Amino acid sequence: MSPFPFMEATVAIPLTLVIPALGAVLIALNGRHPNLRDGLMVAIAALLFATVLQILPAVLSGGRPAITLIELLPGLSMAFEVEPLGMIFALVASSLWIITSLYAIGYMRGANESKQTRFHACFAVALFSVMGIAFAENMFTLFIFYEVLTLSTYPLVAHKGNREAQQGARTYLVLLLGTSIGFQLVAIVATWWLAGSLSFTEGGIMEGHVSHALGGLLLLLYIYGIGKAALMPFHRWLPAAMVAPTPVSALLHAVAVVKAGVFTVLKVSTYIFGQDYLRELWSADLLMYIAAFSLLSASLVALQKDNLKARLAYSTVSQLSYITLGAMLAHELAAIGGSMHIVMHAFGKITLFFCAGAIYVASKKTNISEMDGIGRRMPFTMGAYLLGALAVIGVPPMGGLWSKWHLVLGAADSGQLLMVLVIMLSTLLNIAYLLRPAVRAFLMPPKEGESRGIREAPLLCVVPLCITALGCMALFLAADPLRAMLGGIFGN
Amino acid sequence: MGLVQLHLPAFQVIVPMLAAPLVMLMARSPRAAWATATLTSWLTLAISLLLLIRVRAEGVVAYHMGGWLPPVGIEYRVDSVNILVLLVICFISAVVMPFARLSVASEVREDKHGYFYAAFLLANCGLLGIAITGDAFNIFVFFEIAALASYSLIATGRERQAVMASYQYLMMGTIGTTFLLIGIGFLYIMTGTLNLLDLAERLPAVNDTRTVRAALAFIVVGISLKLALFPLHLWLPNAYAYAPSMVTVFLSATATKVAIYVLMRFIFGVFGHELSFNVLEMNLLLMPLAMLGILIPSIVAIFHTNIKRMLAYSSVAQVGYIILGISFASTLGLMASLLHLFNHAITKAALFMALGCIAYRLGGVSLIHMTGAGQRMPWTMTAFVIAGLSLIGVPLTAGFVTKWHLILAALDGGLWPIAVFVLGTSVLALLYIWRVVEVAFFRAPLRRIRVREAPLSLLLPTWFLTLSCLYFGIETSLPVGLAERAAEALMGDYR
Repeated sequence: MSPFPFMEATVAIPLTLVIPALGAVLIALNGRHPNLRDGLMVAIAALLFATVLQILPAVLSGGRPAITLIELLPGLSMAFEVEPLGMIFALVASSLWIITSLYAIGYMRGANESKQTRFHACFAVALFSVMGIAFAENMFTLFIFYEVLTLSTYPLVAHKGNREAQQGARTYLVLLLGTSIGFQLVAIVATWWLAGSLSFTEGGIMEGHVSHALGGLLLLLYIYGIGKAALMPFHRWLPAAMVAPTPVSALLHAVAVVKAGVFTVLKVSTYIFGQDYLRELWSADLLMYIAAFSLLSASLVALQKDNLKARLAYSTVSQLSYITLGAMLAHELAAIGGSMHIVMHAFGKITLFFCAGAIYVASKKTNISEMDGIGRRMPFTMGAYLLGALAVIGVPPMGGLWSKWHLVLGAADSGQLLMVLVIMLSTLLNIAYLLRPAVRAFLMPPKEGESRGIREAPLLCVVPLCITALGCMALFLAADPLRAMLGGIFGN
Repeated sequence: MGLVQLHLPAFQVIVPMLAAPLVMLMARSPRAAWATATLTSWLTLAISLLLLIRVRAEGVVAYHMGGWLPPVGIEYRVDSVNILVLLVICFISAVVMPFARLSVASEVREDKHGYFYAAFLLANCGLLGIAITGDAFNIFVFFEIAALASYSLIATGRERQAVMASYQYLMMGTIGTTFLLIGIGFLYIMTGTLNLLDLAERLPAVNDTRTVRAALAFIVVGISLKLALFPLHLWLPNAYAYAPSMVTVFLSATATKVAIYVLMRFIFGVFGHELSFNVLEMNLLLMPLAMLGILIPSIVAIFHTNIKRMLAYSSVAQVGYIILGISFASTLGLMASLLHLFNHAITKAALFMALGCIAYRLGGVSLIHMTGAGQRMPWTMTAFVIAGLSLIGVPLTAGFVTKWHLILAALDGGLWPIAVFVLGTSVLALLYIWRVVEVAFFRAPLRRIRVREAPLSLLLPTWFLTLSCLYFGIETSLPVGLAERAAEALMGDYR
C-alpha cells in the first residue's frame, strides 16, 4: 500500500467540510487566548489543505469519488462528487487559506483591528462553504453552500462597524442574495421541473428536455443569478466589499467568493447546459458580448480609480469576465482557459491585495497618488506587486500567460475574432492600470518629508506575499499538468 | 383503553373545555392554574397523536356525538386533512405552555392568571372544535368560542391599546362569523342539512341557484375576515402587537391557520372544485388578492420598527402564500398550502417566542431595544435568525420546503411569473428580517445596563421550535407525507 493517500477519498470529502466547520467553533471558543487561537487557525488551514490533497490521486486517475449526505425530498439531495474543476478550485482555495491566515495574523495585529475572533471564525465558515461549492454534486447542494458563503462573509465586510462598512455590507448582501434568490433559484427550480434532475452531468442535462428558446432564458437567469461572478450590471457589490479588511479582500474577494461565482458559471455551462447545447442558445452570444463589454469597461473604470483597493476590485470585475467569456464561448479550449484563469488570477490577485494591505499596515496609505517612491522603502512588497501585476497581465514567465493563451485559442478556433481583439485590447489596459502603481513606487521620487519612517510591513505580512508572488512564476511551469487534468472535464 | 380509543374525537375537544373552568377555580394560585393548563395541553397533544395513529390505520375516523346519526346529530370527522390542523394546534399549545409561565408572569397582572389560562384553554378548545367537527353550524359555534376567548386573551396585554386592539378584533371577527352564519343558513335552507358531507352531496343539485352562490360569497368573505386575507387583515397587526407574547405565539401559529383550513374545507369539500373554480372561477379572485396580500404587507413590514408588529404584517403576507397555493386549485398547490400551514406555524411561533424572550429581558420589542442584543442574548438572537431564515425560505429550513412546493405548483400550472413572484417576494422577507440581524449583531449595545440571556424555561421552548424548523427542513417526510395525503383527499376526483 502506498503511503499516499492516507485515506479514502470518500472519507476525505466529508472531512474537508468538517475541518473548517469545527475549526470555526474552536476559533470562536478560544477568543480569550489570541496566540492559541491564531495558531489553531493556521493548523486548521494546513490540515484542510492536507485533506484536500488526499482526494487528488483519485481524481487524477480519472475517478469521481462521491458521497450522498442526506436526501431532502425525493430526487433532491445534499451530495458531493469531485471532478477536476472542483478539485482545482478546492486546492487553490485551501492552499491560499494557509498563506492568508498567516498574513491575516500579521495584518490584523499590525493594524490593531477589533473583534479578531469573530473575524477568523467567519473566515473558517467561508472556507467551509467554499469546499461545499467545490465538491457539490448537484446544483441544489451548490446553491446552499453558495448562500452560506454570502452570509458568512457579510460580517467580514461589515467588520469595521462604521457607517461606510455597514452600507457596503448592505450592498454586498442585497445584490448577492437578491440575484441568487431572484434569478438563480428560479433557474434551479425550473431546471429541476423541466429536466427532472440537478446533477452535474458530463455533456449537460438540458438536451432533449428544454427547448432552445427556454434554455436561452434559463442561461440568462443562471448567469445573472450567479451574482458572485460580478457580470455587469450586477458588479457593484465587489467594489462595495472593499471596505473589508485586506485579508478578506485578498482571499475572499480575489479568490474564494468571486471564484466561487465563476466556478459556478463554468459548472453550469459545462455540466448543466453542456457545451453543445449552449452553443445553440440565443443568449450565449448575448452574454458573451456583455462579458466582453464588462471586461473592457471595468478596465476603463479601474484606470480612473486612485484608491488602490478600488482599482484592484474593478480589475477583478474585469478578470472575472474573462472566465465568463470563456464559458460562453462554449469551446473546450476556452473553457479550459477559463478554468486555468481561476488558478492564475487567484495567485496574481491575492499577491496584489496582500501588497495593498502591507502598504496600508506600513504607511496607512491607500491611494496610488500617495505611493510615489514607496518602492525604495518597501522593496519586497513592491517587487512582489510587480510580479503579481505581470501575472494578471499574462506576461511570460508568469502562469497568467497560459490562461489567456487558451482563451485566445478558443476564441479564434470558434471564429470569434472580435473576442480575440477584446482580450488583446484588455491586456493593454491591464498593463496601463496595474503597472502604474509599481512605476510610481519605484521610479518617482518620494514627496518631500513624506516617506520618512516608512518601513516594510511586519514579517507575517511580507513573507506570504512573497510566497504567492513566487507561486505566480511557478505556475508558468504547471500549465501542462493543469491542462491534462482539466481535459478530464470533457472526457479526454 | 378501548373506550378511550372509541371516544378520542370527543376527548380532543372536551378535555380542554372541562379543564377551563377547573383552571378558573384555581385563580388564587397562578402556579397551579399554569400547571393544570400545561398538563391539559400535553394531554390534548397525546390525544391528537393517538388520533393520527387511528387515521393512518382507518383512513377516516367518524364519531357521532351522543350516538345520534349524522343528519340529525353532530358528527366529528377526522380525516387526513384536519388531523394535520389538529396536530399543529396541539403541538404549538404543548410547546407554548412551558414558555408561558415566566412570560405571562411578567406581562399579565397576577390576579388574572387563572382567568388567563382558562381563556387560553377555551381558545384551544374552540380551535380544536373548528378543526374536528363535520357540522357546519358547529363550526360557527366553535368559531365564536375561540374568538371570544382570544378577545379576552388579547385584552390582557400590558399596554392600554391592547383593549382597543381586542375591540377592533371583536368587531371584525363578529362581522366575519356573522357572514359565515348567514352563508350556512342559506345552505341549510337550500339543502336541509348542516352536515358537511351531506351538504357536498346535495349541493350539486341546487348549484345554479342564486342562494347557493350568495352562500358561497358570504362564507368566503366571512372566513377571509377571520384568516386575515388582504385587504380584510386590518385587525391583525394590532391584535398581535398588543397581545401578551404568549398569546401572540399561540394565535399567530393557530388561529389564522384554522380559518384557512375551514376555507379549504368549504371550497373543496363542500362546494366542490367544479363550482368553486370551474363555474365561479374563484381563483381569479383569490390569486390577485393573495399576491397583493404578499406584496403590500411585506413592504409595510420593512418600515415598522416595532418588531412584533413587523412580524404581524409578515403573518398577513404568509397567509397570502397559503391562499396563493389554494388559488392554483391543484393537488400540488394545496399540498404547498397545507405544508405552509404547518411550517409557518412552527416558524412564526419560534420567531414570536424569541421576541417573548427579548420582551422579558429588555422590556420592549422595538428595534431600539434590540440594539446589540446579539452580544447580550446570543442564544435568543441566534434562534431568531434561524427561524427568520426559515421565514425567508432558505434551504435546509422548513420554510424552504414550502416555497419549493409552491414554486413547483406554480410551474405545474404554467404560471411562470408567479414562480418568479414567490421567489422575488422572499427577498422582501429577507429585508425585514435582516434589519433586525444588523441591529442586533452589528451594533454595540446602547446602554451599559447588564442584560443576561433569557431564562432557560423561555429559551428551551424557543429552541425546541427553532430546531423543529431545521429538522422539518431536512427530514421532510412527515409533513410532506401528511400534506400530500390531505391534498389528495381534498381534491378528490379532480387529481
